[in-house]
Amino acid sequence: MLNTFSVILEALPYLLKGAVVTSGIVIGAMGIGLVLGVHMAVGQVYGNRAFRWLVNLYVWFFRGVPVLVLLFLFYFGLFTLAGLNLSAFAASILVLGMTTAAYQSQIFRGAILSLPRGQLQAARALGMSDTKAIISIILPQALRFSIPGWSNEYSIILKDSALAFVLGTSEIMARSHFVASRTYQELPLYITAGCLYFILTWLGVRALLKLEAKVRIPGYSH
Amino acid sequence: MTESKEPILRVENICKILGGKKILDSVSFSLQRGELKVLIGPSGAGKSTLLQCINFLIPPDKGQVWLEGTEIRSRRKRDLYAFRQQVGMIFQDFNLFDHLNALENVAIALRKVKKMNRQAARDRAVAELDRVGLGDKLGLFPAELSGGQKQRVSIARALAMDPKIMLLDEPTSALDPELIGEVLSVIRDLARGGMTMILATHQIGFTRTLADEVLFMENGIIIERGLPAELLSPNAGTRSRDFCSRLDELYAEDE
Ligand SMILES: Nc1ncnc2c1ncn2[C@@H]1O[C@H](COP(=O)(O)OP(=O)(O)O)[C@@H](O)[C@H]1O
Ligand SMILES: [Mg+2]
Repeated sequence: MLNTFSVILEALPYLLKGAVVTSGIVIGAMGIGLVLGVHMAVGQVYGNRAFRWLVNLYVWFFRGVPVLVLLFLFYFGLFTLAGLNLSAFAASILVLGMTTAAYQSQIFRGAILSLPRGQLQAARALGMSDTKAIISIILPQALRFSIPGWSNEYSIILKDSALAFVLGTSEIMARSHFVASRTYQELPLYITAGCLYFILTWLGVRALLKLEAKVRIPGYSH
Repeated sequence: MTESKEPILRVENICKILGGKKILDSVSFSLQRGELKVLIGPSGAGKSTLLQCINFLIPPDKGQVWLEGTEIRSRRKRDLYAFRQQVGMIFQDFNLFDHLNALENVAIALRKVKKMNRQAARDRAVAELDRVGLGDKLGLFPAELSGGQKQRVSIARALAMDPKIMLLDEPTSALDPELIGEVLSVIRDLARGGMTMILATHQIGFTRTLADEVLFMENGIIIERGLPAELLSPNAGTRSRDFCSRLDELYAEDE
């Protein structure tokens, strides 16, 4: 028992560094997903046929293929083919980022479609271009309504980030596995790993709840 | 035309087919500076479609629009946006920007379209909201305003752009009866101040006292036009008169 505690205590700084790496992957991936996802959603709602078709294809591809397969496919295949020499860390961020972009685009798309159509008409009637109207009128509202779905997506990507282990990224899971295989204390170490993921989930979801309350539109019940 | 004055707005042969149905069938009219034209007609006549064709929110299939003698080339984005800035539009259901308070609703187009700085846009927005009697509601959001207040914010939002003409699409139809008066009184002040307007409405009393000309529309065609006294007087024997007396009955039953 004492041995167990000391193993965890000793390993904790090492595992916490893994938590920092995990956070880096998740923040990077969610950021990429946000930027790509917003553009894809806007294109899907307001774009021409060709663009809509392209986005559809993208979304179906990343929804249809397992993340594990995507990680291998890009890291060992497509990135190399494209002449990119990426670290496992960067590759994990990119692949998870592209994956969550597919899901995030559908969150944003739903939010955009839920807005009353008249506001875009009003913006146009004032002389705004569609781009201006989307940036100043549509997205500020759509993004607000997307926070709950985005928070859900955050918790999914956080857990998917454990798969980056297979590329050799030294995140929480990789480090727990490494220590466990050295010390033979599998159970306590994987419990610790689980707790770290849980804490990161909790912190992120809470922060997003705070954000949601902060940007809530007064008097508005959606 | 014997008049030497050129109309501020001229609309010619506007046609629109939607869903295989002729919604607008060669509609033409013109507006003189300072004139208030009222568009009446049964629901589904094409009033909203006509107003939205004028500023190309709905692109007409055929027809031309001239502002102060210049034909609008709506395919050129720059021309289109510049034209729309000069044409204020009021919608039946307000269409305020839900995430912005009253002040920001009025200021946003000043900043994003007219490129005014924050302070100048703010000052102008305050002035316009004052003018419609909402100087004390600047910080309230659309969800915190009554229907009448929302419509007045939307009027302030349009006026802040210094429009040359205003298109008003049944501005009081979505309002509870007790709130109609406050909006009509703002529109009355505009008319008296010389604003050029085309107003679709079912408010016959208002039309009788303020309209310079009435256009009666049915099935996408303006079937009657003339002075309110001519079209709407008890013995006029016109379709317009017929329609209005039925409206009057409806309101009498309401009470
Ligand atoms: N997008 C559309 N597709 C098909 N029909 C439409 C569309 N928009 C409007 N209409 C039809 O056009 C007619 C005129 O509508 P509208 O201009 O709103 O009339 P009004 O404002 O006079 O009540 C109605 O019969 C309506 O059903
Ligand atoms: Mg209508």
